Amino acid sequence: MSDSPNKSFTGKAAGFGQLLSRGWAVLLAATFLAVALPAAAYDEGGAKAGHAKHIDAKGDKCVRDEAYMRRNHMDLLKHQRDDTMRKGIRTTQYSLKNCIGCHANEKTNSVIGSTDGKDNFCQGCHNKMAVKLDCFECHSSKPKAASGDAMHPIVAPAAQPGDKDKQSGLSGKMRWQMQAKLDSVNKGEVVK
Amino acid sequence: MSKVDNSRRNFIGAGAVATAGLVIAPGVTLFDMANAKPAGEAASSAKRWGMLIDSSKCTPGCNDCVTACGKENGVASTGHPQTDPQWIRKIELKELKSGRSHSLPMMCQHCAEPPCVDVCPTGASFKRADGIVLVDRHICIGCRYCMMACPYKARSFVHEEHHDQNPDVPRGKGCVEACTLCVHRVDNDQQPACVEACAAGNKDAMLFGDLNDPNSEISKRIATYATTQVRADLALNTGVRYQGI
Amino acid sequence: MNIDSFRKIEQSVFYALVAVIGLIAMIGMGASYYMEEHGHVVTGMNNQIVWGMPHVFAVFLIVAASGVLNVASIGSVFGKTIYKARAPLSGLLAIAMLAGGLTVLMLDLGRPDRLIVAMTHYNFKSVFALNVILYTGFFSIVAIYLWTMMDRKMNGFSKYAGFGAFIWRLALTTATGSIFGLLVARQAYASALLAPMFIIMSFSFGLAVFITVQSVMYRWNGLVLDEAVRRRMKNLLGIFVSAVLYFTIVYHLTNLYYAKQVAFERFILLDGGIYTTLFWVGQILLGTLAPLAMLFYPDAAKKCNMVFFAALLVIIGGMCQIYVLIIGGQAFPLSIFPGMTESSSFFDGQIHSYSPSLPEFLLGLGGVAIAGLITTIAVRVLHFMPEDDFRHIERRVITD
Repeated sequence: MSDSPNKSFTGKAAGFGQLLSRGWAVLLAATFLAVALPAAAYDEGGAKAGHAKHIDAKGDKCVRDEAYMRRNHMDLLKHQRDDTMRKGIRTTQYSLKNCIGCHANEKTNSVIGSTDGKDNFCQGCHNKMAVKLDCFECHSSKPKAASGDAMHPIVAPAAQPGDKDKQSGLSGKMRWQMQAKLDSVNKGEVVK
Repeated sequence: MSKVDNSRRNFIGAGAVATAGLVIAPGVTLFDMANAKPAGEAASSAKRWGMLIDSSKCTPGCNDCVTACGKENGVASTGHPQTDPQWIRKIELKELKSGRSHSLPMMCQHCAEPPCVDVCPTGASFKRADGIVLVDRHICIGCRYCMMACPYKARSFVHEEHHDQNPDVPRGKGCVEACTLCVHRVDNDQQPACVEACAAGNKDAMLFGDLNDPNSEISKRIATYATTQVRADLALNTGVRYQGI
Repeated sequence: MNIDSFRKIEQSVFYALVAVIGLIAMIGMGASYYMEEHGHVVTGMNNQIVWGMPHVFAVFLIVAASGVLNVASIGSVFGKTIYKARAPLSGLLAIAMLAGGLTVLMLDLGRPDRLIVAMTHYNFKSVFALNVILYTGFFSIVAIYLWTMMDRKMNGFSKYAGFGAFIWRLALTTATGSIFGLLVARQAYASALLAPMFIIMSFSFGLAVFITVQSVMYRWNGLVLDEAVRRRMKNLLGIFVSAVLYFTIVYHLTNLYYAKQVAFERFILLDGGIYTTLFWVGQILLGTLAPLAMLFYPDAAKKCNMVFFAALLVIIGGMCQIYVLIIGGQAFPLSIFPGMTESSSFFDGQIHSYSPSLPEFLLGLGGVAIAGLITTIAVRVLHFMPEDDFRHIERRVITD
C-alpha cells in the first residue's frame, strides 16, 4: 500500500480519489452558497426590490401591519381555518372571506387569475415567490356579492325569504372593524 | 380579562331576531328560533342540531329541497350524473309486499356515532360539538374511505374542478363532501336551505331544531309522535329522523 | 460460452429489462398525473364505485407483499433449512411489492399532494391510519431483517428480526383485511372473517409470486431447481390454495344462511354478470381448482413448468378474487330501507355500473412495474439468488 493521502486508493486511483474528494468539496461549497446567499439576501418585511408590485386594497389598513402580514399571513389563516372549521368561530377579522373582500382587484374582482401576476393580489406575490396557492381549489377567489351571478343552479327557484345575511347592511370594512374591536375588547387588548 | 360589554351585542341580537321574526313569519309555527350564537363563540355540545322529516307530507315529484341545496351550496349538475355530487336526494320508496309507495329526502344523517368519522385516516371527517358532521377539506386527502363506510351513501367525491364557488361554501376537486346542515347558515341563526324551501313551498315536511332543548318544536314532536331513524339497527343515533316510513 | 460473453449478454439483458419495466413505470406515473390534473372524472370510478382498478392492483400487491415474506419466516421462525436460503429474495420481493402497491394507492388519492398531511395527521380509530404506520414500519423491519441475513456479522440476530417481521406482517395483513371487515354498512364486508381470510390469501398469493419469480430467475441463469425443494414448495402452495377455498366456502355459506344477505349472494354467485363470471371462472376454476389439479398431479414436482404455471394461475385467480371482493362488493346497492325498493337520482336501489378506464389500468400496471424495477436492480446489485447447500441439507434427512 502506498502512503498516498487517500489510503484506500493506490497508483492511478489515488489521483482520481483526490479529484473525487476535491470535487465533493467543491460541490458542497456550491450547494451551500446557492442556498445561503439568497437566504441572506432575503430581507425582513420585503422592503427592497424582489417582491411583487404593491397593489392597493379597499379600506385604510389591513388587520395587521404589512411586514407582519408578509411573513405571517399563512399562520393567521391556518389558525383561523381550524377555529372556523372545527369550532364554528366565524369572526370576520381574520377570515379569508374578509381578506378577499378588501383585496379583490377592482377590475377582475378576484385575488387570483392574472397571467402576469400584476393585477391580482394573492397570485401576484405567490407567483413571484414561487409558492403554490392551495386555497383557491376550494375557496372562491371573489367576494360574496359578485359570485352569486356566476353560479349555475339546476333550476332557478323563487327568491327565498330570510336568505340574506342579517348584517349585510353594513359594509365589509365596517363589519370587521366592529368585530375586531369587540374581539380586542373581549381579549383585554388595547386597540391601536 | 376585562368585563364584556353586552349592550351592543344585545342590540344586534335583538335587531336580528326582530328581522328574522318578520321575515320568516309565514312558517313561524313550524320552525325553531335558533338562539343567537355570536360569531366569536365556539359551537358547544349544549345544542344538538337535528331534523325531522315527515315522509307522508313529501310529494313524489317535488324536488324543492334538492334544488335549494344546489343553489345554496353551489352543487350543480355537470352532465355527468354518475360522478356529480349530490348532497341531498329524493328517494322514491315502494314496499315490496303491499305496494305502498312514498318518497323522502335523504342526506347526511349527522349521526352521533358516525362511521365516516371512525374510518377517516387523517381526522378530516369530524363531528362538531353541536352534532353537525363535517369534512375538513383542508386535511382531506380524498381516499374515499368514508364513502365506503357511510350506510346512507351520503358522501360524494368531487371528481372535477369547480369554479365560482359560493364564498360561504368552499368546495373543490379531490375532496369528499356531504350535506353540512348548511352550517354556514345555522351559525348565522338561519335554517338549512332545504328546510326553508320546503316551508316556502307550503309542504312543511321538514323541521329543523335543537334536539337537546326539550322545549323546541322538534323535541316536542319526537316525544309525541312515533319517529324512526333510518338503519336504526346500526345504532348510530342519527340527528335526522323520519315520520311515516 | 466463456464467462466474459455471458457477462456481456447478462448486462445487455439487464439494461433492456430495466428499460422496458422503467418505461411501464413511467407510463403509470403519467397516467396518475393525468388523473390528478383532470380529476377522477377521467376514470371509471364514480360516487357509486369509489374504489376501482387501482385499488384491486394495490390490495393484491400489498397482500402478496406481506405473504411473500412467509418464505423467509418459515426459514427463520420455523427453522426449515431450505427456506433459509430463499429468505433474502423473499424479503426483497416483500419490500418491492409493498412499494409498488403503496405507490398505486397513494397516487390514486383525490389529493396526492397531501401525502405530508396523511403522514402527520392521524385518527387512530381508523384502520387506515394504523395501516400507514404498519406499512412504513414494515419497510424498516424487513430492511433490518435483510441486513441480519446478508451481513455475516449480524446473522445471529436474524432469528429475532425474522420473528419481529413475522408478527408485524400478521398485524399488517389483519389490518388490511379489517379495512373491509370493519365497514359495518356494506353487505359484502362487515365481517370479522375478512381479516383471517386476508392472512391466508396473503400466504397463497405471496408463495405463488415467490415461486414465479424464483422460476424465472433460475431459468434465466440456466439453473434448475432441485426436485425436493420444488416438491416442498408446490405442496405448500397447494395447502394454501385449499385454505383460501375453505375460507371462501365458509364466507359464502354463512352469507347464504342469513335472509338479509341472500340477495347479495344471489348477485355474486348467480346473476351478477361480470362478477359472477370472475368468481366462478376466475377465482374458483382458474385460481383454485386448476392449480390444485396441477400441483397435486402425480410427479408434478418433476415437471417444473407445471408448478410455474400453477403459480401463475393462482396469481390470476387472486386478482379476480380481489376484483370481486372490492368492486363486486360496491356494485351491489346499499340496503338503506330493507323490505322496500328504492329509486333515486343517486342510483339507489340499482346495481352500480363500473367500466375501468385506461388510466386506472396503467396506474395499476405502473405499480407492478415499480415492484419489478426494484427487484431487477436489487437482484443484480446484491446476492439474492437462492443457493441451496445440499450437503448440509442431506445430513438432516428430508422426509417427503
